[in-house]
Amino acid sequence: MPNLNRTPLHDLHCELDARMVPFASYEMPVQYYDGVLWEHLHTRASAGLFDVSHMGQVRVSADSLEEAQLALEALVPASVLGIPEGRQRYGIFTSETGGILDDLMIANRGDDLLLVVNAATKEKDVAHLSANLAGCAVTLIADRALLALQGPASEAALAELVPGVAEMRFMDASVLDWNGIELWVSRSGYTGEDGYEVSIPSSRARALAEALLACEAVIPIGLGARDSLRLEAGLCLYGSDIDTTTTPVEAALEWTIQKARRRGGEREGGFPGASRILEELESGAPRRRVGFLPDGRAPIRAGARIFREGSDEPIGDVTSGGFGPSLGRPVSMGYVETGLSGTGTALEAEVRGRRMPVTVADMPFRPSTFKR
Amino acid sequence: MKYTEEHEWLRVDGDLVVIGITEHAAEQLGDVVFVELPEAGTQVSTDDDMVVIESVKAASDIAAPVDGEVIEVNDALADTPGLVNADPLGAAWFVKMKVDDPSQLDGFMSEDEYKDMIA
Repeated sequence: MPNLNRTPLHDLHCELDARMVPFASYEMPVQYYDGVLWEHLHTRASAGLFDVSHMGQVRVSADSLEEAQLALEALVPASVLGIPEGRQRYGIFTSETGGILDDLMIANRGDDLLLVVNAATKEKDVAHLSANLAGCAVTLIADRALLALQGPASEAALAELVPGVAEMRFMDASVLDWNGIELWVSRSGYTGEDGYEVSIPSSRARALAEALLACEAVIPIGLGARDSLRLEAGLCLYGSDIDTTTTPVEAALEWTIQKARRRGGEREGGFPGASRILEELESGAPRRRVGFLPDGRAPIRAGARIFREGSDEPIGDVTSGGFGPSLGRPVSMGYVETGLSGTGTALEAEVRGRRMPVTVADMPFRPSTFKR
Repeated sequence: MKYTEEHEWLRVDGDLVVIGITEHAAEQLGDVVFVELPEAGTQVSTDDDMVVIESVKAASDIAAPVDGEVIEVNDALADTPGLVNADPLGAAWFVKMKVDDPSQLDGFMSEDEYKDMIA
């Protein structure tokens, strides 16, 4: 495909008969031979290997770690200072109007911070960081791949190669050795499953992927199942469920803003859009991200409008939706007026000109299995 | 058997035609999780959206290839949409139509012509 970037695993994907599609200016595998449904179920039952090398790995450093942590707090409402060494935290970049510029992982590696940001936004994020983090060095790491191994058999599979991973807990971040190669490992992912993300020099990525795929428990997983897995786990896809028009409170991401950054906290505010976001943390937002369980079997996908029963005035919309293979039923998420966001609220979605009953539901739709 | 450019197969018997989608189409769609069928007795015109197929990836429509009346639908697909992937040329037929003008069926592709098209 012309003008598209390729990850270090591109040739391997092709040899594995992946169906390649354009995604965020990369040529990426959407599925392999077994198809999305099987890949999804296999990940939940055993282990799946994902190439997430298209995502941005960004190193932020300063004269001292604390300086880098405090600098990043000017762009992220999470308590970055509160991330202990060897730990990782999920956060968001906010805009001046209180919207969301991107979501990201932030790891404290002792000497520096390692961020993982979305592929489609990585150049913008790096420009944003470089322009605003006074006194920090910001580097988009171009010579490392990122693999995710997700599912209950992940620990056993990866520990065969790198025994140290078995000691890690959910959201730990460690530097470990594999045959003399430095791996940056975190016990995290975006599927609702226990698992790992492993950063490795690009030149060795294929060898690691092949070593993992040699385990009977592990099969390669494409973007199709990645999307259905994260949807069942109630996790946001940037650009679909969250973007510059959604605030963290609307998006039900208050938990990414720790007490130290809220009103009355030691480091209250000080991030873009703080006045609106701090206010919404106290008095709520007019709309809220919720889960929807359609009553029937038809998937209700992004773009469908949501109504009160029998009313013609839309009160929300679906931002992600599809079939949840592990649930054997369709699931969706989206936004509704806050007054109608209570679990169990009966609403209607419009699909192909017809109204379909849906019920507001808690997320995750399926309990997560993190090793805490 | 005749084939349309939209990857439908048509099994013609006089003015009756049974309609399904080809193996190639089923493979492209991926795992089918929901099929919405018209009601028997529905009158359709050529290119009317007649069937909705939802796969894990996306929704797609099957358009009526000819004018006529839907006289029977395959209710098995409501409970077992996966038949579309398992047996697209057999058990996963979608509808049976009574065609208004059987000469409309003359223009469709033969199996060889269809194979050339997807090659």
